[in-house]
Amino acid sequence: MSVLQALDLRRRSASSVPPPAAGKPAAVAVAKLIDVSKCIGCKACQTACLEWNQLDQPIGYTDGTYNNPTDLTPASWTVMRFTEYEHDDDLEWLIRKDGCMHCDDPGCLKACPAPGAIVQYTNGIVDFISDNCIGCGYCVKGCPFNIPRISQTTSKAYKCTLCSDRVVVGQAPACAKACPTQAIYFGTKEEMIAHAGKRIVDLKSRGYQNAGLYNPDGVGGTHVMYVLQHRDKPSLYAGLPDNPHISPLVGIWKGVMKPLSLAAIAFAGAFGFLHYVTKGPNTVTEHDEEKAAELSGTDRAGSDRA
Amino acid sequence: MTGHAKPVSRYTAVARINHWITAVSLILLALSGMALFHPSLYFLTYLFGGGQITRAVHPWIGVVLGVSFLGLFIRFFTLNFWNRDDTIWMKNLGSVINNKEEGLPELGKYNAGQKLVFWGQSILILLLLGSGFVLWDTYFASYTTIDQKRLSAVVHALCAIGAILIWIVHVYAAIWVKGTLSAMTRGSVSGGWAWKHHRKWFRQEVGKP
Repeated sequence: MSVLQALDLRRRSASSVPPPAAGKPAAVAVAKLIDVSKCIGCKACQTACLEWNQLDQPIGYTDGTYNNPTDLTPASWTVMRFTEYEHDDDLEWLIRKDGCMHCDDPGCLKACPAPGAIVQYTNGIVDFISDNCIGCGYCVKGCPFNIPRISQTTSKAYKCTLCSDRVVVGQAPACAKACPTQAIYFGTKEEMIAHAGKRIVDLKSRGYQNAGLYNPDGVGGTHVMYVLQHRDKPSLYAGLPDNPHISPLVGIWKGVMKPLSLAAIAFAGAFGFLHYVTKGPNTVTEHDEEKAAELSGTDRAGSDRA
Repeated sequence: MTGHAKPVSRYTAVARINHWITAVSLILLALSGMALFHPSLYFLTYLFGGGQITRAVHPWIGVVLGVSFLGLFIRFFTLNFWNRDDTIWMKNLGSVINNKEEGLPELGKYNAGQKLVFWGQSILILLLLGSGFVLWDTYFASYTTIDQKRLSAVVHALCAIGAILIWIVHVYAAIWVKGTLSAMTRGSVSGGWAWKHHRKWFRQEVGKP
């Protein structure tokens, strides 16, 4: 969505040339930390996101739960997902702010066929550059978290930008700014991991023995992280993947298949060419024509008639 | 001097038009598909007016190919059943490649190589259509899961490469075996060509088995 910022690129989709930032010293990685244990589900973040990004989410329907809208859309880049977790005699209301995780190894970028439609800045933010997007939906297949949504109106993909346009001028993302309970923090990734550590100690002292940080290794870590009360069971939180990774099918499709396919086509062309120059064409001889004439009669009568 | 045999009619005008619609759509599909398959070939999208249009138009050309190829399939499938002579022909593929067809069985309208091209493309195009609909997000995104779409992307790419390879064999055979192309441009081949390559079919055509 965002226009190309004055941020340096670390990766650029469908581009074999090194992105401009290659060879520069690494920028400081940023991260958003979402403390699920502090979220009250007020949706101020959803509203702030719509407002800052000037998005217009059409009025839809309610399915009788607090999930509203019921899913991410091209205009709703973040949604609260409410889960009632019943265990023993207890009921916990788990409220997870869903949206792009800004993977360090982004599957969307790997899958994207359009040069420069998806970029990763050196600070770790993964951004869609709408100008270059062709609306093919490959990012949807690449994403391990089911985040990108294709607009039927513009035929382009949309998702959370981590407010790259705010971050570049030293502002925190709109959702973090709006959160009334400070369940959303923003800062360097290092700071966020340290802060999460303190929160986890606190949660453990309150009886959440399995509290922990969700920063999954399968995608190289993420630049949006969660503090979970039940880190042992991420899927409790409305299907948060336990061990997210880029699908091996996407790995094959976007990896070995590309060079092997071109090589096979080049080989077939080369084989044909070499066959022609070594074996030569297969021609019909005068002898064949005579044999054919013996069998069918000659064309002479026909020619005479003409 | 001995006169030449009359040209032998091989394809009707309708069959030829059917073939060329299939051919043009297959080439356009290969160009637009390769453009979206490999970043180094993304420049091919300019032939179609840019990435968005390439993405939008590719599946529609696929529909044209599907309908057109179905026409060819119905027209020719009975002529492409495998028989014992085809097995013998395949066993002597080395001689065929070396331009030494003498001593091979007399063939009907199609040889084993042509039959393999026919069945290969039939199966691959069926798979391409099936996986293509799964990938056609504009209209069918909600009917399949993301995992099914991932599998379809791999199947679609694999089958497309297979179809392109078979297409190369098909086109090269027409370049290599002189006198073949007129079958698809004018509808007829020379008597000598028919006698040399498809003698059993030739006998049927001239009514002298």
